[in-house]
Amino acid sequence: MADEEDIILSELDDEELVLQMMDDLYDGLKEEIEEAVEILLERGWTPYDILTKALVAGMTIVGADFRDGILFVPEVLLAANAMKGGMAILKPLLVETGAPRMGKMVIGTVKGDIHDIGKNLVSMMMEGAGFEVVDLGINNPVENYIDTAEKEGADIIGMSALLTTTMPYMKVVIDALKEKGLRDKYVILVGGAPLNEEFGKAIGADAYCRDAAVAVETAKQMIARRHNQMG
Amino acid sequence: MTNALSRLLETRDWLLADGATGTNLFNMGLSSGEPPELWNADHPDRIAKLYSGAVESGSDLFLTNSFGGNASRLKLHNAQSRVRELNRLAAEIGREVADKAGRPVVVAGSVGPTGDIFAPMGTLTHELAVEMFHEQAEGLKEGGADVLWVETISAPEEFKAAAEAARLAGMDWCGTMSFDTAGRTMMGVTSADLAALVEKLPNPPLAFGANCGVGAADLMRTILGFVAAGTERPIIAKGNAGIPKYHDGHIHYDGTPELMGDYACLARDAGATIIGGCCGTMPEHLKAMRAALETRPRGPRPTLEEISAKLGAFSSASDGTGDDAGAGRERRSRRRG
Repeated sequence: MADEEDIILSELDDEELVLQMMDDLYDGLKEEIEEAVEILLERGWTPYDILTKALVAGMTIVGADFRDGILFVPEVLLAANAMKGGMAILKPLLVETGAPRMGKMVIGTVKGDIHDIGKNLVSMMMEGAGFEVVDLGINNPVENYIDTAEKEGADIIGMSALLTTTMPYMKVVIDALKEKGLRDKYVILVGGAPLNEEFGKAIGADAYCRDAAVAVETAKQMIARRHNQMG
Repeated sequence: MTNALSRLLETRDWLLADGATGTNLFNMGLSSGEPPELWNADHPDRIAKLYSGAVESGSDLFLTNSFGGNASRLKLHNAQSRVRELNRLAAEIGREVADKAGRPVVVAGSVGPTGDIFAPMGTLTHELAVEMFHEQAEGLKEGGADVLWVETISAPEEFKAAAEAARLAGMDWCGTMSFDTAGRTMMGVTSADLAALVEKLPNPPLAFGANCGVGAADLMRTILGFVAAGTERPIIAKGNAGIPKYHDGHIHYDGTPELMGDYACLARDAGATIIGGCCGTMPEHLKAMRAALETRPRGPRPTLEEISAKLGAFSSASDGTGDDAGAGRERRSRRRG
């Protein structure tokens, strides 16, 4: 690894630099990512291309290795942190240039549930993947989800529950959305317990996400599908 | 130091621990979102009933109702100023139940995770974690807990902080982690990692092991991992009563008392000394486990095939130990994916 310390980012061509960024994201090197983002901007890359072709692509590798049990939470959080460093530079520019958004998620643990580590991880990884996240915290009644999602113009509602006694509340939220005619407006992702897809289907969610990596992947797929439908 | 647990460990080759705390309390009317620890003050009779349920079902050891009794968790309910009191009460009620049992029963002061993530990603530091666990430990000690019982930990840093808190409180302790992510803890710790970690601590635990996680089969594989690591220390197995299943708006754990009886004997034959349940494990499960442990002869160490045949399939192909798993990818080959 010692020879890699000699890499000078600004001397790499675009293709090499993007590959290097993927490695640096994988290794959670925030400063290197920030530097590389600045270099690509100077070279005339659009903020959106930097986001999708370098950062999101790099985080996809991290997510896949997390899913496959090669990386674990500490490494993934470091990678997400490096990604956030790059995002902090890109965010205002993305807004300025009117680039398409990744999507916005409202997330929280459901009423009665105070177990929030899983929710926090999903939140950090979704941000790491370029999504905007509104974190409602713990113990949320129906109206917190719906009011916030409506107010924020969210695309995704994420609900987390760890207890057998609180999981059914996810269905209460989904049923309330149906009653208001808002169900199809949102992608609904649920997670937080050693259950399975059957559970997600049984309560009417779009997907049950086994872990934070699956949540990110699923969110990306569902948002892409929506964009396709609209186009 | 000698205590009720170390004395039992000298004379017995297996001990039955307790089952679920949450599942039992919800059945007694705890509403979701309410911190169970408040019941130590508000409904001591129900907490005594919880403990008695385990003792009457044959448990040699039970955990106090203090899992979330650290300042960080209680702060979610604005009860962070009551750490000492709620932990003391949890242990006091336990002491009373144990002393009336007519046989030695260990009061193990439950210490669960803070729920915070360590720096640099999160806010928790070693000093903060030690301070919180120490505060909790002093309360449990004051109430008469025999040992501290650190459980459901994912991060090695948190496990070390709890060990230091036990040392500061002058208490013996036991510690278990929850291996729920492809055989590892959420933070990537393998069974072999934990077996190595406990030996490096200045005050190693009396016993260590696994609790909760994903069903009894996965937990058994973790136990075999501890054994393969060559530990001489008593091993703790506290698995869930199966896996939660959704039926008609309700969720229940699919592990029957018969299955938990099988699990208890498999855990013993695999090399565990302290055997209990976790989520979904009710008094009827504990009775079946006690009966099975008392009546069935010891067998050879079970293989993974025998475990999955009796307890169900594993949730992942590997448990992260060994050469084939967990190795970082080569950077170059990774790039082109």
